[in-house]
Amino acid sequence: MSATSSLAPPDGGREVEPAAGKAPRSRGDRVFAGTARAAGIAILVALAGVFVFLTVEGLPGLSQTAATYTPNTSFLSYVAPLLFGTVLAAVLALLLAVPFAFGIALFISHYAPRRLAVPVAYVVDLLAAVPSVVFGLWGARSLAPYLVGAHDWLAAHLGWLPFFDGPASVTGRTVFTAGIVLAIMVLPIITAISREIFAQTPRLNEEAALALGATRWEMIRLTVFPYARSGMVSAVMLGLGRALGETMAVAMVLSASPVVTLNLISNTNPATIASNIASSFTEATPAKLHVLIATGLVLFAFTFAVNFAARWVVGRSARRMAR
Amino acid sequence: MAKSIDVSDLNIYYGDFLAVEGVNMTIKARSVTAFIGPSGCGKSTMLRSLNRMHEVIPGARVEGKIMVDGQSLYDASIDPVAVRRQIGMVFQRPNPFPTMSIYDNVLAGNRLNAKKLSKSEGDTIVERSLQAANLWTEVKDRLNKPGMGLSGGQQQRLCIARAIAVEPQVLLMDEPCSALDPISTSAIEDLIHELKSDYTIVIVTHNMQQAARVSDDTGFFNLKATGEPGHLVEFNPTKKMFTNPDQESTEAYISGRFG
Repeated sequence: MSATSSLAPPDGGREVEPAAGKAPRSRGDRVFAGTARAAGIAILVALAGVFVFLTVEGLPGLSQTAATYTPNTSFLSYVAPLLFGTVLAAVLALLLAVPFAFGIALFISHYAPRRLAVPVAYVVDLLAAVPSVVFGLWGARSLAPYLVGAHDWLAAHLGWLPFFDGPASVTGRTVFTAGIVLAIMVLPIITAISREIFAQTPRLNEEAALALGATRWEMIRLTVFPYARSGMVSAVMLGLGRALGETMAVAMVLSASPVVTLNLISNTNPATIASNIASSFTEATPAKLHVLIATGLVLFAFTFAVNFAARWVVGRSARRMAR
Repeated sequence: MAKSIDVSDLNIYYGDFLAVEGVNMTIKARSVTAFIGPSGCGKSTMLRSLNRMHEVIPGARVEGKIMVDGQSLYDASIDPVAVRRQIGMVFQRPNPFPTMSIYDNVLAGNRLNAKKLSKSEGDTIVERSLQAANLWTEVKDRLNKPGMGLSGGQQQRLCIARAIAVEPQVLLMDEPCSALDPISTSAIEDLIHELKSDYTIVIVTHNMQQAARVSDDTGFFNLKATGEPGHLVEFNPTKKMFTNPDQESTEAYISGRFG
């Protein structure tokens, strides 16, 4: 094995002290591995810290006197409409944003000439930098009045759907408007991530489809979507996370009342967990504060569950293909 | 089914860059035509211009004429998508669709033609194409397994099956064996011999023995000089090319005396 001596790295080899039973590693490698490990552990510690805080501070909130939960009487009946409102607004936002986001991402990655794609991508990224308070102001002050006509139209023409069962709100400050504002806020996140993944589709697969006589759209269906599926789910999940947790914009747009209703356009709209915390906590008693933190714990657990469910669905289809 | 191709005064550009200049040749129907030459001399570009695949790269365009059985390939009224349905292509690296089964991979092109295939029609096409690609006996018991699970040589034959499932008039092969071991290569070469009776085949290869083994005609491409566009040095029957070529540079390249 005289070749081994010439294979040893000329410089880094000197720093290595082969320990018994361990392959030698250079110092740079050890430092990098340590840094990466520390970063990975730090995020877990932070997450655990948040969870511990929510649990310790929130658990007393589950068993306060009935008066704390006004207008309801128990924690469950207090948090249920909030959770419902959160999910309703987030789902509405995703329904509006996801088709747009994937469309924009495809336009940037596969349709637009480079001259146009770069500025469009830049503008979409800029949208992500707008603070949510600004979106809230815009939604409440400008978009809501503007959408009153749309509310009336929906009530008149699609009133047979439970979602648009009137009477239409005269202010426009409804779940419908909040959903649109949320959709605009989650749009850049979903667009940016899916754009990156679409653009990474192997050229080899794209050419295989094109050479078979696929049109651009057929090529995308045949190669880009299957390749990007898991990443598209990730993008939607991150968007959902933002929509579920968004506070200020919803709090400012929505005129909330503790109800459970599918009606998107009426005067009575369920608040979301996050917006309820934002609008209630300044004048909260210590007891009420515990309740609010407990609702935060519910949101935390719910977001976690949704993420796990989505991962499981993606993993299942990946495993099926691997078999 | 098989068609001949006439190329006249063809220049191929990428943007302002002239990649291939002044190509004239006639590719005969039901024969194998090989393109040989050093890397970067425009063989692949030339091949891809035959089914308008080079247009996938922004800014690519051609001047001159390519006629397939009297029909100009670059006529303004011709849809490149339609061209690619008539002229199939096999690539350097096997590229089955990763999320599809073997069965679905073979039928991918047929399904693009938008007409609904019945189960029995699909079964017939899959069996016929895999038979033609000499892959049927190896995969007939696992048609629903992913195409990526096959070996490299099998994947490449799957890609050939996929290309001939739509019964193209011409089959283009861009170094189809360069990523394969000798045994798989030999399987593909045998296959090319068999396919010749039904299809017009054009193959780009870096392997001169391969060109000599499989082709009827050979075109030798070379750069005029470094930085100059590639051009067709000589186009002749393969036998003549490998025994008594017209050009000295062809002989130099083929005999390995080339720079």
